[in-house]
Amino acid sequence: MVREIYQAVADGILVGGVYALMAVGLTLIFGVLDIINIAQGVLVVLGGYLSYSLSTRAHIDLFAGLLITIPAMFALGVVVHWAFIRRLRGAERTSMTLLVTYAVALIVEGVLYKIYGANNVQLSAPYTTASLHVAGFYLPWIYVYGFLLAVALVAAVYLLLYRSRFGRSVRATMANETAARLVGIDTGRVGALTFGIGVAVTAAGGMVFGATNAFNANSGYDLISRLLAIVILGGLGSIAGALAASVFMITLESVVTIWYPTWAIAVFYAALVGVLVIRPRGFFGRKEVRAQ
Amino acid sequence: MIGERGAKAGGLVLLVAAAVAFPLAFPDPAVTNYGVFAMIFVTAASAWNVFSGYSGYISLGHAVFFGSGAYAMGIAARDWNITGAAVFELLPLCAAVGAAIAVPFGLIALRVRRHTFIVITIAIFFIFQLMAFNFSFTGGSAGLSSPFLTWQESVYDTRFYYIALACAAGAVALSWLVRRSSFGLRLRAIRDDEDRASGLGVRAMRVKLSAFAASAGLTATIGAVWFYYVNQVQPQTGFDPLFDLTVVLMTFLGGYGTIAGPVLGALLVEPGTLWLNTQPQLAGASEIVLGVVFLVVVLFVPRGIIPTGGEWIRRLR
Amino acid sequence: MTALLRADGIRKAYGGVQALGGVTVEVAEGTVAGLIGPNGSGKTTLFNVITGYERPDAGRVFLGGTEITNARPGTVFAAGIGRTFQLTRIFARLTVEENMLVAGRRKRGHDRRRARELLEFVGLERHAGLPAGSLSYGQRKLLELGYVLVADPAVVLLDEPAGGVNPTLVTHIADRIRQLNANGTTFLIVEHNMEFVMGLCSTITVLASGEVTASGPPDVIRSDRRVLDAYLGADLEEDPDTDADGPGAPDGGGGDGETGDAADGS
Repeated sequence: MVREIYQAVADGILVGGVYALMAVGLTLIFGVLDIINIAQGVLVVLGGYLSYSLSTRAHIDLFAGLLITIPAMFALGVVVHWAFIRRLRGAERTSMTLLVTYAVALIVEGVLYKIYGANNVQLSAPYTTASLHVAGFYLPWIYVYGFLLAVALVAAVYLLLYRSRFGRSVRATMANETAARLVGIDTGRVGALTFGIGVAVTAAGGMVFGATNAFNANSGYDLISRLLAIVILGGLGSIAGALAASVFMITLESVVTIWYPTWAIAVFYAALVGVLVIRPRGFFGRKEVRAQ
Repeated sequence: MIGERGAKAGGLVLLVAAAVAFPLAFPDPAVTNYGVFAMIFVTAASAWNVFSGYSGYISLGHAVFFGSGAYAMGIAARDWNITGAAVFELLPLCAAVGAAIAVPFGLIALRVRRHTFIVITIAIFFIFQLMAFNFSFTGGSAGLSSPFLTWQESVYDTRFYYIALACAAGAVALSWLVRRSSFGLRLRAIRDDEDRASGLGVRAMRVKLSAFAASAGLTATIGAVWFYYVNQVQPQTGFDPLFDLTVVLMTFLGGYGTIAGPVLGALLVEPGTLWLNTQPQLAGASEIVLGVVFLVVVLFVPRGIIPTGGEWIRRLR
Repeated sequence: MTALLRADGIRKAYGGVQALGGVTVEVAEGTVAGLIGPNGSGKTTLFNVITGYERPDAGRVFLGGTEITNARPGTVFAAGIGRTFQLTRIFARLTVEENMLVAGRRKRGHDRRRARELLEFVGLERHAGLPAGSLSYGQRKLLELGYVLVADPAVVLLDEPAGGVNPTLVTHIADRIRQLNANGTTFLIVEHNMEFVMGLCSTITVLASGEVTASGPPDVIRSDRRVLDAYLGADLEEDPDTDADGPGAPDGGGGDGETGDAADGS
């Protein structure tokens, strides 16, 4: 039993790393643009399908394929921001962006369904089936690689934010958009690039997700709900919070699964509700002061 | 002023007459079926708007109440062996169940605002969906079937149409009452600046919670009607994640925070969606069409048809 | 005269930075009191503490004989202290008339009548049916004053009622305050426009860096050296709104070099 718990914790941390990668994009977009990107889940699925097509059609390795899919998803993010997000202003912006990103989700989902149909697919490579044996634990290689990739990318986003000129602009915009604009920061450009980066990481997240789960065009909804819970629990706009919350939630879920597999996901959401009752701003978050 | 009011009253009378005459004018059950669903969503969207439209708290958890209403009716009818039209006597009970769930739900969720509120409603929604899957008294993933109704096929849809219409009328009446009451005024003051309203003595939690519970009760009622009409409920149809997004779309399309907005939105979107789903050449593309409609709405009539249209008419004069 | 409103030894710090370092302010019943000081001297923080929007680290607040320290904003308002904000907080999507009804708590008919009267009083009756968000900046100030008055507060705290408002409207606002005061309402006003403050207030308290530097009637404050040093020196550099600040600020004994003996507030 103790063994199983250790195994569950190890799984939780590894899978949590992958969720962190997906959640970081969401929380970054929230922090800078003050919107919830409902499409994030479907975009992860899109990232998965892109990797799927590259590996089955062009026989490109899953990880090498990221060199193509990450820039492609980045471009998609910038286009979505340019076409829709930046136009939204005014009192109802919260709900409007919710609707717009949901609309994008519907369209992407519809297109994926048209192309790939309803059947589940899963990415495969030699390392998706083999496992690493350490001290009697089985850690599938894809989880290990995925975790390392997640750590590398989250670190890269973190460095970009805290060690670069662009990062300063991003953080200034997060803290106070009006003030940032007054000191000459092009907040529109910052917004577009942030949305691009937030979507670009879903390419990597989608690849690892697709290699560890069977998915179809519909999988985005379950995913976005979990990601939102993670991001809120961590504190909206906080990268460290997203990381901590991902690992916490996924570990909790995988431990609960040992005893109550059918209730695991409910525990996942109940944990969010419970934490918010005690601490409404999440682990590392700022307080939300407006109703709108 | 009197002219405008007179025109509004006349329009309302015409609308009610048209709604009542609809199944008589189009006796085809397939058409009446569209009408029933349209009225169900007029009710749901108006109920959602009474809370979210007036308070500014966007709930994506109203499916909790819709599903709970459906399940409450199914469970009560099954356990108490109620059959036939007597089942409709359970509707007030279903409303009470919805409102009762809304109280603890609201006490937790209404402490947080904006995005956090939205996500916590989603989380609670999933907890409810999972409870419906996992408990035995909800019938698990197979769900529940509705008690047998001995209505003949020729009158089945028409009767349901009038029941749903009555619910819709009730929902619109509630929107109207809340809108013109001082309670509604406080609710809308919360939407504009909750802290300032509290500072002026508005008991924000009490006001929000009352609106949430009223909205929930109405949503549960129509959920119960829907259940009886479609004869069954499963966890993923009763607690449908798309329910809330659809209702949000309807309300925004017609006009968020207005009385007529959700009505108009539901009348356009629901039949439109039903029709799209029946078009063979659009198989699988209905989502794309819906998504495009969303984008068009948000980008071109962001305030909704009713406010934007009203402005055009005023400008023409 | 008794102090209707008394803030006693209020301390407040934000993360180690002192905003208020033991400030005592008294407002006598039936007076118009002024609170001046450079930006960042703690005026608005003091308002927030008095009205319950922020909790003091130490000190107590009294209205009449009742302690209202740490009461919620709504309770403070119900107890009889109304306030406005420097950046007006109106309900933008409600109509002007609806704004007037948010604070009402009596019978509907009574509130409506009172709202109408007050709209006329502040001069917004022609805009009653418009969304409040469409009002000009100065009109918003009037509306905020108006809707606070619906509850007939004993004391009204005004945060820069003349800031950013055109001169005609400034005169109008000053006139309204005088008239309300004549009818028994007590005022505490934060304002940068010296002409406005000097013309309206019977006592003035000067805050600098969270401490009371001087307190007394306008002519004493006018000639207080420390006030000129503390307030004008800093204010002329920092105050961003130029058109609102009357030219009166530096005048009044600017050059006579006499050190006033204003009573220390604490």
